[in-house]
Amino acid sequence: MANWIPLWLHKLGSPPIFYRFAGTLRPWALALALLLGMAALYGGLVLAPADYQQGDAYRIIFIHVPSAWMSLFIYGVMALASFIALVWRIKLAEVVAMESAPIGAAFTFVTLVTGSLWGKPMWGTWWTWDARLTSELVLLFLYLGVIGLYHAFEDRRQGARAAAFLALIGIVNVPIVHFSVNWWNTLHQGSTVRILGPSKMSGDMLWPLLTMMAATKFYYIASLFGRVRADLLALESGKDWVRQIAEAEAGR
Amino acid sequence: MSRPPLAAACAAVLRRDLVLAWRRRGDIAMPVLYALIVATLFPFALGPEEALLQRIAGGVVLVTVLLAMLLALDAMFRGDIEDGSLEQLVLAPQPLALMLGMKILAHWITTALPLIVIAPLLAGMLHLPGAAMSVLLLALLLATPLLSLLGAILVALTAGTRRSGMLLALMLLPLCVPVVIFAAGAVSAAQQGLPWLAPVAWLGAALAMALVLAPLACAAALRIALDA
Amino acid sequence: MSQFFAMGGYAAYVWPAYAVFFIVLIADFLAPGIRRRRQLRELRARLARQGARQQRNPTPSS
Repeated sequence: MANWIPLWLHKLGSPPIFYRFAGTLRPWALALALLLGMAALYGGLVLAPADYQQGDAYRIIFIHVPSAWMSLFIYGVMALASFIALVWRIKLAEVVAMESAPIGAAFTFVTLVTGSLWGKPMWGTWWTWDARLTSELVLLFLYLGVIGLYHAFEDRRQGARAAAFLALIGIVNVPIVHFSVNWWNTLHQGSTVRILGPSKMSGDMLWPLLTMMAATKFYYIASLFGRVRADLLALESGKDWVRQIAEAEAGR
Repeated sequence: MSRPPLAAACAAVLRRDLVLAWRRRGDIAMPVLYALIVATLFPFALGPEEALLQRIAGGVVLVTVLLAMLLALDAMFRGDIEDGSLEQLVLAPQPLALMLGMKILAHWITTALPLIVIAPLLAGMLHLPGAAMSVLLLALLLATPLLSLLGAILVALTAGTRRSGMLLALMLLPLCVPVVIFAAGAVSAAQQGLPWLAPVAWLGAALAMALVLAPLACAAALRIALDA
Repeated sequence: MSQFFAMGGYAAYVWPAYAVFFIVLIADFLAPGIRRRRQLRELRARLARQGARQQRNPTPSS
């Protein structure tokens, strides 16, 4: 019987233990993110050959696609944490869900900006009402709604639960939006632009992309842990363990 | 403790809300007036050219109605929260979702129905052809309850906060994108002489889903927002 | 080297994209650190105030 696993998980849910756990893991996650990111950048910007159609402009893909992927992945994590927070009322899950939202919004914003910077030379326009672009914009609004609702409450835990509920509504909504915008686009045939689907990428373009995806994952862990640590300190500011940390860092 | 039958409780909630709305008739007129103003401004901004107005009429009317509903949405539960009657409703033995469903229905009757009534006028001002008018009304009849139901969930979520009209708009936007797309899609299909049944059927399906799920979600949201 | 920075004529698009990526992520990464330091500073100030109050009247009346 692996009885220690649930016990360990249970302990990890307690704020002081998670604070220390996150504190030890964070530098490692950051180091891995930087290392992988450097390798991916070198591979993507220097080693990979120019695309025969798009020239060097395609090199935006190495940040655009990982960001887009992270914007969805983080929403999934946020929704999962929200579900846990609402069902079992675990404080840590609330914190994870709410601190994931700004990171997800940041990645969504990066996706939109890099996408339009890529679209301008390739399609001749900064923006087009394509299904994917529109869904990404709606995703940004969903993130902003969650963040806004969280901060509208005076009681932070109550705000976290309300925003978690909104995040769950949002995850039902995202596929519906994508489907409806797709339908809408076929109705208005006007400005459909084919997004270049990298159907078959050569290996020396693929590995930097995958490496960058791993790097952004580790970056997310590092950033999330930093945010959760800061938030736990604020939530538990009356407790002894926070007081000890405050006193220990007084000299610095 | 004898509990009144469910139907009587539903009727009582509905009647109370309608009477309250009737006593403040001026508030009912506000969204209608707002929609009228917005629809009047469009020709001034775009020019009186009939072909252009015809092309955008369906979309403009839909967005105008949506914005007018958003204006009134904020007030859906506000009075009841301020005088504490919403908490009584939460504590009542009847299922909260059903009671909230009645409140949403009352809200739809008092805000969306007047808007639907003047929608032909707005559409006529923008020269929407008569053939598309019936489709517009059908789309509005399906889309406005959907918006009321979706909006009610969000209003319930913001129940514990200070006044937050802008936040409500931000939260509603992702939810109303599909509604606007299908409703406007039906109207523009009818205008072009294309079959418009599919988008209307999608709206109907969404409404059927929302009728069942939204009151439950609304009740859950309200319990979260009021639980201190 | 200058050929690398020219990005085959697309430098005006590629480098701003990378700049946005790094600026946003760096800002996102630094924000919680700043918040954490401010919270701890405020907490220390609160503890100091409490300590001073207790020194003035050593028997805290409830």
